[in-house]
Amino acid sequence: METTLIENLPEVGAVGVIIKAVLILAVISAIAGFGTFIERKVLAFMQRRLGPMHVGPYGLLQIAADGIKLFTKEDIIPQNANKFIFMVAPVITAATAFIALSSVPVFPDFTIPSWIPLLGDTFVPSIASDLNIGILFVLGMMAAGLYGPLLAGMSQANKWGIIGAARTAVQFLSYEVVTGLSILAPIMLVGSLSFVEFNNYQAGGISNWLIWQQPLAFVLFLIAGFAETNRTPFDLLEHEAEVVSGYATEYSGMRWGMFFIGEYANMITVSVIASVVFLGGYDVVGVYGWLFIIAKIAFFFFLMLWVRAAWPHVRPDQLMWLCWKVLMPLAVVNVLITAIVMMV
Amino acid sequence: MSLEQFKNRNVGVQSYKTLDVGTPPKTGMEKFTQVVKRSVKGELFVGLGVVMKRMLEALFKNDMHTVKYPFEKMPISPRYRAIHEMLRLLESGNYRCIGCGLCEKICISNCISMETRYDENQRKEVSEYTINFGRCIFCGYCAEVCPELAIVHGQRYETASEQRAGFSLFEDMLTPIDQLNLQQEFDGFGAVSPNADDNIKQTPLAY
Repeated sequence: METTLIENLPEVGAVGVIIKAVLILAVISAIAGFGTFIERKVLAFMQRRLGPMHVGPYGLLQIAADGIKLFTKEDIIPQNANKFIFMVAPVITAATAFIALSSVPVFPDFTIPSWIPLLGDTFVPSIASDLNIGILFVLGMMAAGLYGPLLAGMSQANKWGIIGAARTAVQFLSYEVVTGLSILAPIMLVGSLSFVEFNNYQAGGISNWLIWQQPLAFVLFLIAGFAETNRTPFDLLEHEAEVVSGYATEYSGMRWGMFFIGEYANMITVSVIASVVFLGGYDVVGVYGWLFIIAKIAFFFFLMLWVRAAWPHVRPDQLMWLCWKVLMPLAVVNVLITAIVMMV
Repeated sequence: MSLEQFKNRNVGVQSYKTLDVGTPPKTGMEKFTQVVKRSVKGELFVGLGVVMKRMLEALFKNDMHTVKYPFEKMPISPRYRAIHEMLRLLESGNYRCIGCGLCEKICISNCISMETRYDENQRKEVSEYTINFGRCIFCGYCAEVCPELAIVHGQRYETASEQRAGFSLFEDMLTPIDQLNLQQEFDGFGAVSPNADDNIKQTPLAY
């Protein structure tokens, strides 16, 4: 199949990869910014408020106003902070979040129509970089993202920051285990770490989705995903009522904005992984696969906001209890049962 | 009540009622069953359902609680004591104030000052009347003491200003003559109660 592609169609070269990378960066940044607007609106409606209303129609231009504010704010670095690490930590969060997005598939493969100048007839594969270890790479990148909050909290010479950093280490490291183990069972079923293989394995309708074979793994992955992206039931890293703003206490302006964008990019990544690994990816009903995966990603994104409106926080000890005494054993049992079923 | 009851530090054993919250699990097995019950029961989804219902009501039934404050205002009680107003007689359009000076006398923060004189009809007329809102504590005595319902408290509560001393002149507080038909009869602080006529007793002289 590859040979025919190379013969018939111009492959995406280095320039194409760069274009795609820039596109992903721009689109995901924009969606992350728009996500803040959506979050504020959804939370407002769920609490019978109006949310942002005054900048633009229905407050739509609030993102632009917030962006201008973030970009033009003074870059404050505390006196006793470790300046280099303090400055570099937000970049780690944002960079790892975007690098993780480089190897998740969002659209099905497609060919650019020939009437578009310059790029016409170019074959575009679904991922910017189709790694054969895609899932491992994405999970690894999201795990590396823990260095952002960790270093930020430890470098800023602030007690709340230190507590936030400690919680980062505890929470992210613990839930890495659950993420890895929960997604291990689908990996065993599919027999590959490539997202494209996952997508192809579930081709042919809703009944082929992995969520029916691995419901427990799906729930575990979702819970761990909430913890990994620092979303509400588990957002102990920057829980205002307890630790002011946790690791981000001393941050302001664009450095804080990078944490923010990184968090929202991570939310999108987790939504994409959940959609591709468990909900059949982009290959549901023929031509409209791209529409369906966007709907699935949007649903998971909405779920995160929904949960934030509905559920309270957990205590750190409850978090650890949940991770090590409930989720991890369940994940191991799930893997064992899957293995036994596959053997038999 | 004897002293013994005050000395009793053992609170909680008297007439307090405790809520029935069940007994906390003791053994490991009880804890385990509690966790399983709570996990499977789906209580979390009840919470999700509640907020979703709120959102749908907010979106489609317009059931919002937000008041866009500078543009919309909540109605306030007629008893609220805000910036004073000087009312006019509805029939003649003349102001009600008879210059008796009771409000100036009763004002406990000395913020009302007035000067009166006799006009050509030998009727008292107000020549100067100011209220220093930097001193006014909005106690409402002036409105209460006024025999003519001339000075009353209005509904204008946005009184932030750049200076501590903010004087208001008589003409500023007086109902504009072209808005006389809009003048509301004051039924708030210091106003005559609806059953005022029933409370009137005949004086002995009438017998």
